[in-house]
Formats: sequence, structure tokens, C-alpha cells
Amino acid sequence: MSATRRTFLLRGFSAGTTAWLAANWPAQVAAVESAQAMGHFTFFTPAQAMEIDAMAAQIYPSDSTPGAKEAQVIYFIDLALVTFAQDKQAIYKQGFADLAAKTGGRPLGAMPMSDQIALLTSIETTPFFRTVRDHTIMGMFAAPQHGGNFQKAGWKQIGFDDSLNFRAPFGAYDKA
Amino acid sequence: MKKYSPSEEVDFVVIGSGAAGAVMAKQLGLAGFSVVVMEQGPWGAYGHEQDYSKDELSNRFPAEDDTLISDPSKYRNTFRRNASEKAVAGNHSYGCVVGGGTVTYGASSWRHLPWEFDEASRFGTMKGTGIADWPISYKELEPYYVQAEWEIGISGPNLKSPLIAPMSKPYPVPPLPLKSSGALMQRAAEKLNLVVTPNVAAIITQPYNGRSGCIHCGMCSGYGCQVKARSSSAVSLLPIAVATGNCEIRVHSTVREISVNAAGRATGVIYLDKKNDNREVFQKAKCVVLSANGTETPRLLLMSKSGRFPQGLANSSGIVGKYLMTGNGGGASGLFSDPLNEYKGCVTGAAVLSYVPNDVKGRGWYGGGRMTARGQQSPIQYGLGGPHNAPRWGAGYKKALIEQANRKLTMVNFISQLPIETNMVDLDPDVKDAWGLPALRITTTSHENDFKAMQFFIDKSVEILKAAGATTVWADQVSDSRGGAHARGTCRIGNDPKSSVANKYHRAHDVPNLFIVDGSSLVTGGRNHPTMTISALAYRCAEHLVKAAKAGNVTI
Repeated sequence: MSATRRTFLLRGFSAGTTAWLAANWPAQVAAVESAQAMGHFTFFTPAQAMEIDAMAAQIYPSDSTPGAKEAQVIYFIDLALVTFAQDKQAIYKQGFADLAAKTGGRPLGAMPMSDQIALLTSIETTPFFRTVRDHTIMGMFAAPQHGGNFQKAGWKQIGFDDSLNFRAPFGAYDKA
Repeated sequence: MKKYSPSEEVDFVVIGSGAAGAVMAKQLGLAGFSVVVMEQGPWGAYGHEQDYSKDELSNRFPAEDDTLISDPSKYRNTFRRNASEKAVAGNHSYGCVVGGGTVTYGASSWRHLPWEFDEASRFGTMKGTGIADWPISYKELEPYYVQAEWEIGISGPNLKSPLIAPMSKPYPVPPLPLKSSGALMQRAAEKLNLVVTPNVAAIITQPYNGRSGCIHCGMCSGYGCQVKARSSSAVSLLPIAVATGNCEIRVHSTVREISVNAAGRATGVIYLDKKNDNREVFQKAKCVVLSANGTETPRLLLMSKSGRFPQGLANSSGIVGKYLMTGNGGGASGLFSDPLNEYKGCVTGAAVLSYVPNDVKGRGWYGGGRMTARGQQSPIQYGLGGPHNAPRWGAGYKKALIEQANRKLTMVNFISQLPIETNMVDLDPDVKDAWGLPALRITTTSHENDFKAMQFFIDKSVEILKAAGATTVWADQVSDSRGGAHARGTCRIGNDPKSSVANKYHRAHDVPNLFIVDGSSLVTGGRNHPTMTISALAYRCAEHLVKAAKAGNVTI
């Protein structure tokens, strides 16, 4: 993993996730290095990536379980915007301009948590926020090969087993 | 695969490769006739089904050649509630790949019941509707249901009940597992005295006809089947058609006109070769079989205007495109205390049959429905839809999403819809599709009676979910249909050329060498699961057509 990418990841972590990170760090590093050697952003500038990463962290927060940050949703979105979601690039570009007007150019992630939530609530009906919301959720729950859902963090939280071969009984109520 | 030159006059052009077109292609090919099947869509993973993607994101945003269902931004269509409105962009779509809708459908395969063929005589008509008898009886169609079920490969329970059409031969394969949804329906059934059975599905549960049984992968409805357990036309019928050496499947070929000569006979079709700059090609044929689905079939007839047929081909009655039934739904959802894991296995495990029959006196409305229960399917779909009664993002969203995961069950009901003349498919006067052809326009508002039916099933769903032990239950709002996969009725068959488009053997009243068989043929809609009936009609039509063609009775 490149220094840029690791620095980026580390800088963003909140106190709550540091413990999770410490417990999972060796495996995480290994997996990142082998599977996702992106190291840079394709669509976003580093500053833009920080803004989207901060938004994603409020949309799907980290608590006792991983959030968008640990699931590396930002890499999913970056990839999305140059692949299946190319048609959403303009929404992001406009969104960055509108966001800067609201923050006065101050990084969203540097603001107090309550201010971040208040700001995002004030724009939650805009196409920009809705798109980032949907992309964040897709990044949590799409297969890891698309850049997010790191170590299947999203799938584990909602009890989704991605095996492609099951036998009945499947759930609690069809057990004999 | 056999290839024909467009200038070569083939015996049959079959337009569409889905539930009906594939039956026609196979039966005609086996009888020794030369057949070209025109398919708008791509091959999909025909012949290499193991390559079907189970990746939810790729399935949601497929590359062009991996698209299995028509994209409304290209296969543009418009929608309005009634003729006084200006139509807006619609989101109607349909299977658009070799095998048509059967490649990705949920695969429920219920027969129509005997009394769904003569509703006008049996129950009477209703003001403002086009309820009419079919020109054939259940008894006449029954042998073709058997043929379809055994050749295609249908799994289901073998039960005798007035709620199930009587069968002269059992299903060839045992039914799918009930799943937790089915077990919960059974729990409710004990309290409410309901009849619950495993679903009848075109999904084989054990090896059959050289294909393997379902492995319950869970990426089912909306996905191609990697193990060929879903008995789509593309794995059950078309390979046999191709193996005859008489049948060519021509993909990326959008027919824009069925051409006729001065005598009013079909001479072939003009299609756009989409992989060759959309150049127009004329394929000569002695006879044309139209099986393009309940919306595309009438659209093509309406586009095939000529001096002789100024209001569209086979449309002297003026009813091509009319009596559209798109299918109504409405139900409720509930949360249960333990995980159902409904994302495993096929989409529908069980069906509640108790409200299939009419009970006008008891309920105050005409019709009925088949109830099914299904849960959360795939992760992205679940996340985007979001948890019940929770914020759309943030800590509250995440908490509820995790708490409710795998615990939701939704009653999805398949409810009768009355045929109404003003509900229709026609050509949008302003909007064109991506190929410059007039966009399909849907105009539909359900009959007042059907809104009562929807409300009944919403209320019943709430009652059933509560009886099953749901901790929280919430009802759908009544919502009229806008389009979708079950379009029927738009070229109804009948004995009278003034009130139907084709005769009881699906021969167009106005064009002796044009046969129309698919969802558009249905006179009344049944309980909204049309595919098995479409297949059976096609087998019956094919048998007649082979005999007629051998007797030289359909050629120009």
C-alpha cells in the first residue's frame, strides 16, 4: 500500500475505530496491499476525497462496528465515478462548489460532528447529497472487488453470507 | 447453428424468443420447417450459463451486452393514467435477451383455473369492462399445460384442491423448499384456516432433462441462472430448436415492420441490424409468428401501417393494444424476531391460495389473487431501500438497518385486474426510442373494482403477518400499476373478428399467414401469473400451425 493511501486512511480514523483497527490491522494491511493497490484517486482530488470521505462517515458512521470509513467506501465511489456512475460526475462537481459555499472552504471533516450533521441535514434533499448517500450505501454493500465493503464489513453487519450454494433450512422458521 | 440469408424465403419468422416464441421455434423446427427467430436483445450467456454474473452491482449497472432486461432509457416508453393526460417518461421494461423474460423471472408457473376461461358466461360481465369468454376452454388447453410443464421443467406440489387447476399429470419435479417465509405462512394458516402450498415454479429442484437442480444461491429473480436450474426458454427449449438444424436465432435484431403485399398477406419483416449501424434488413418469410410480449406485440402491429392496413396490421377491429392488463399488487410487510434469511433460495417459497376464487357476495368486489411472501433479497437493494421507520442516513439508519436485517417479510400479491378498453398500448406521437421508432405509450387506470381488490389484499396481508407472529406490521398504500413484466390482453383471441385480433388458433383474423401468441393473447388476466398459460397457448398454437403448414394452408 502506498504511503499516501495509508496516511489518508489513518488520518481519517476516529477514536472509536482505532481499537477496531488495531485488532484488525495486520490482516487489513495484508489484504489492502494484495487486493487493492490503488494508492491514488482516479476521479477525486485528495481534497475532494476528504470531503466525500467525511460525508460518507456521517451517512454510514463508525461506532462499535465499522462504518463507511473502515469499509473504504471512498475508493468505491472514486471508482464508480469513472465506471458505472460516470453520468453522476456533474452532480459531484456541482456538489463540491455548493458545499464549499456552505463551509467557506473549511474541510467538512474538520468541523465539529454536530456541525457536520447539521450541514448535511440542510442539504439532504439535494441531488448531490442523495447521490453520495446512495453511493455510500452501495460502497458498503457491493462486493469488495468494487473498492468498498472492505473485508466484507458491510455484509457481515447485515448477516449476508455471499456463498452461492445453500441448503434448506435457510432461516429460523423453516428449521424443523 | 443454421444461418439463413435474408433474401432466402424461410418458412417462418418468429419475432421474440421468450416464453411463447421459443415454444414456436422449437415445435416448428422439429417439424422440419426453416425458422428465423428475431431477438432484440443480446445472447446473454446462452450456452455458457456458468458465466452469468451473481454480482449485485454489475447486475444493477450491466454493460450493454450483458443487459438482460430492457433499459427504459433506450427502449423508451411513456406513461399516462388516461387519454386526457400528456404522457411522461415511463419505466416499463421486459426481458430483452435470448430467452426473453424467462431468463430472469421469478418463475412462478401457475396454471389458470378452469373458471378463468369463461368468466363472462359464468359470472356475467361488468359495466365499463371487457370481461369476455376465451374461445377455448380449460379442458382444451389442459394437455398443452402438461406438455409445457414436462418439456420446460416445472416444480410444484401435486395436490388436489378446488384452489388449483386440475391436472391430468403431476409436475415432473418436486417443489422448492418453503423457506422461512413459507413456514410463517403455515403458522398463520393454522390460526386463520388458510391454504398454503409450496410455489409452482419453472425452477428444477433435482436433475432433469440434462440440467442440474437449484443450489439456492439466492441471486435469483433478476439474475441469469448459472446452473441452468431455472427452466428458461434459453436452456429448456431454444437449444433443441437450434439442434434441429432448421432454426437460426438472430440477435440484436429489432423488427420495426411486418410487411404485407397487395393481397394483404405477410411477406416478411423489416428489422434493424443493431450491430451493423442499425441498417434495415428485409427477411423474407412465408409466415410470421409474433411473440414479442404483451406490450411490444401490439406496438409492432401498430407500427406496421400500410395502405391496406392504415390503422395498423391485423387491426380492423381497432382493438390492437387495448384491454391492457399490467398486473396489480399491494400487500404489507412485517418484522419478525429471528432471522428469516430470505436472501437464500429462490424468490418465492410458498403461496397462499385461499383468496384465489371469486367471492363477490362476501367481499363486494369481483376477482381474486394469489398471495406470496418474500423477504429481503440482496444487500445493496436492502441498504438503498433502508430499514422501516428509520432515518435515511446516519447513526439511526445504520442501527435500524442492522437490527432489521434478515427479519423483514413482505406479502407480495398477484391480484386480478379487469380488462378495460381504454387501458392500452399505443404509439407515442412525440417520443421516439433510441432507434428512432415511436415509443411505446402505456395508458392505464384500474377499474374501481380493482382498487377494492387491492385494499382487500393489503388488509389480508396485515392480518396474515400478525397471525404469523410479526412484531411490527405496516401496510402498503394502494397503488395502481404503471407497467411491468406481466402485460397481457392487448391482442386478445376470440371467435368474432370485430371484438378480437386473432382466432382460437392465434391466426390473425385479418392476415391469414400471421400468428400472434404471447401475453397479448390472453382474454382475461387470471390471477396475474401469466407465463405458464402463455407457454401452453404456444404449444397449442404450434400444433395447429404445423398441421396447417404441412397442408399448405399458411403459405403466400
